[in-house]
Amino acid sequence: MPEPIIHVDRLTKKFKNFMAVDHISFDVPAGQIFAFLGPNGAGKSTTIKMITTLLHPSSGTIRLNGVDPVKDPKDARRSFGIVFQDPSLDDELTAWENLEFHGVLYGVPKELRRTRIGEMLAFVELSDRRDDLVKTFSGGMKRRLEIARGLLHHPKVLFLDEPTLGLDPQTRNHMWSYLHELNRKEGITVFFSTHYMEEAERNAQRIAVIDHGKIVTSGTSDDLKAQTHTATLEDAFLALTGTTIRDEAGSAADRMRQRHRAWGHR
Amino acid sequence: MNKIFILWLRQVIRYLRSRPRIIGSLGQPLLFLVALGFGFGPVFAKAGQGNYLEFLAPGVVGMGIIFTSIFSGIEVIWDRQFGFLKETLVAPVSRLRIMVGRTLGGATVATLQGVLVLALTFLIGFRPANAWLILPAILVMGLVALLFTSLGTAIASMLDDMQGFQLIMNFLVMPLFFLSGALFPLDHLPTAIRVATVIDPLTYGIDAMRHLLIGASHYALSLDLLVLSAFTAVFVALGAWLFSRIQV
Repeated sequence: MPEPIIHVDRLTKKFKNFMAVDHISFDVPAGQIFAFLGPNGAGKSTTIKMITTLLHPSSGTIRLNGVDPVKDPKDARRSFGIVFQDPSLDDELTAWENLEFHGVLYGVPKELRRTRIGEMLAFVELSDRRDDLVKTFSGGMKRRLEIARGLLHHPKVLFLDEPTLGLDPQTRNHMWSYLHELNRKEGITVFFSTHYMEEAERNAQRIAVIDHGKIVTSGTSDDLKAQTHTATLEDAFLALTGTTIRDEAGSAADRMRQRHRAWGHR
Repeated sequence: MNKIFILWLRQVIRYLRSRPRIIGSLGQPLLFLVALGFGFGPVFAKAGQGNYLEFLAPGVVGMGIIFTSIFSGIEVIWDRQFGFLKETLVAPVSRLRIMVGRTLGGATVATLQGVLVLALTFLIGFRPANAWLILPAILVMGLVALLFTSLGTAIASMLDDMQGFQLIMNFLVMPLFFLSGALFPLDHLPTAIRVATVIDPLTYGIDAMRHLLIGASHYALSLDLLVLSAFTAVFVALGAWLFSRIQV
């Protein structure tokens, strides 16, 4: 078996008294679409931030494309592209300027940069809007532009943190068709986090289920169902974590509300 | 070098695109020039101090610079809130270069704003003693702009959101401006105010500009430049260090 493109071993992040990520280990084989499935507040974003050099782990090791992002952030950064949970474009710049800025920061040589920007804009169907300010774009267009930007420097891995949050179903499908095409054509590894069960099931070759900062299990969607003797991923998740997937972080108020719902009005 | 340039360019493009911001930030200096310049003019002349507008003009230029440059530095918080900061922080560029590019961009913007305010003073009737010294005066503006943009960056690197903005305006920028000798001569001051003016870096910036533009100053030009350079070095280092510690 070839060396995995992402290797995480007993990775931990502790914020004061709170274990956001608790000794998690997993491997992502190169060229796969990998889903990180879990409710909000499970530790998905924190894990992605640690792999992508934005946060220092409390302990544990990470290898990304053969590089340790903690020791060698600059090399690690060249090997991935990322689409954050919240938009991270400069609204006051045009689509083209945002891509140009990115290309220069990533040291893509001028000629290659200009060709690649054209290709990427065409790929996400924004060529006709290249000179418009990003503040005039819709949410879906911004997300597409961010995908184009994340791919500009030919990364090995594309990270997407809750990429379809807040997008309508049509835009969501559209976006996934780009990502599948990309995965097929360029062999790029896609690592995405989501709390939508069907999104993980439909798009990922492998799924890791994370809850309360721990990886509960991982495998293909079928593995997960077989493991739990359930028919749907939804039931598998329920069997694995003991809860249905929550839309909000499991705050005390939420637990109260859930208990209330479960026990009815008495 | 390219990377620093593109970070610089972004700040400048954003400034040039925000016409309302440029025009808006000329309102305050204009008000100071007209209301104080003409309002206190007669009193100032009666006290035997000469032409107040002439005295005030470099001070108001200093005001334009300090407000714009601290604001440019603070833009780090905006970028953090609107997510763009993350895009630069995951790029394979050292934090130091990001900070340097941004700060140079902010300082350029503040210097441009200073030049605009200077042009405004000409419209009001201010005439520099020696037109040839306008160029070195602009260089001093650049130094003052760099000093306060770094300070703004340093402060912004410690803040998570805009909550502290009002605090910075009222307890840092306003005192720095009002206690800099922009509005009043530095002689015969009560001790407390005198001490405040001595530790305020803007004092030396405005004093140097006065030296070049009206040919009269409180301190020697060399002392002004020395103090300004020292403050700038310290704030650039502090800003770079604090910026390098940002986690998102």
